[in-house]
Amino acid sequence: MRIFVNDDVHDIEPGTLAAALEALGFGGRKIATAVNGRFVATPARRSTALNDGDRIEVVAPLQGG
Amino acid sequence: MFYGVDLGSRLLLGTARYPSPAILERAIKASHAEIVTVSLRREGGNGRAGQSFWSFIQSLGLRVLPNTAGCHSVREAVTTAHMARELFDTKWIKLEVIGEADTLQPDVFGLVEAARILAEEGFEVFPYTTEDLVVADRLIEAGCRVLMPWGAPIGSARGLNNVYGLRALRAHFPDIPLVVDAGLGVPSHAAAAMELGYDAVLLNTAVAEAGDPVEMARAFALAVEAGRAAYLARPLEPRDMAVPSTPVIGKAVLGG
Repeated sequence: MRIFVNDDVHDIEPGTLAAALEALGFGGRKIATAVNGRFVATPARRSTALNDGDRIEVVAPLQGG
Repeated sequence: MFYGVDLGSRLLLGTARYPSPAILERAIKASHAEIVTVSLRREGGNGRAGQSFWSFIQSLGLRVLPNTAGCHSVREAVTTAHMARELFDTKWIKLEVIGEADTLQPDVFGLVEAARILAEEGFEVFPYTTEDLVVADRLIEAGCRVLMPWGAPIGSARGLNNVYGLRALRAHFPDIPLVVDAGLGVPSHAAAAMELGYDAVLLNTAVAEAGDPVEMARAFALAVEAGRAAYLARPLEPRDMAVPSTPVIGKAVLGG
């Protein structure tokens, strides 16, 4: 299954957002996520099934003004 | 001062564009800021920048005000606010909905809409707005209890572009905390905002990109304190004609 993470294409096994994040090296990290423009809270990642072509945003804290 | 939180400092400091994390830390200390603004950006699976910045922010023990910088639509800003609330564990959000690329002027229509959505969801919104009175009224109606009008476009260092408008805003909303956000370049700009009766100033680039950010942070802290003290001391109104400061009565008559 093909998904986009921050615009980069990844081939992953079908599954949940939590599983995809783990597989892509985001496990245990301080991040927030959105799928197709909608915020997905941390507890909801395990129950959020991904579909082919989903666009995932992964953000982390950064300097800001 | 802000949503029931009392603060000792009237200077809010941004954390972007400093030469190094060490200089950022020293500048924050020199500014005496108790609130720092932060943001969120994409991070890859191998990236560690976000994680180390998060540890750094936690070590400061200050309040953080996450922003929605760079958002151009209501939906984008609302989703960013949701992500910020989870990441930084705060209801506070500096709401930016940018409407114009050259001036980074707020899209005040989108701003009001996003503010209403977020306030209804329990966010405590700090809207980055213009000095427009009607927009200010709509933002308060939407649930905002702080307003942050621009002094000048972000990063422009021009100071207070519309003193008349900022003064009118202060006069119309005496009970709403007002923060001049953006456009300040030198400490006298901050002092001028405080002398108008503004509750605080928010700045970033003026400190971060100064030749010596730490010393500039200290200078801004002094200016904010001076401006506030001057406001409380009730400054003279400017007048057209001279008024001799030295008493005329009793002056020696020396002819000539």
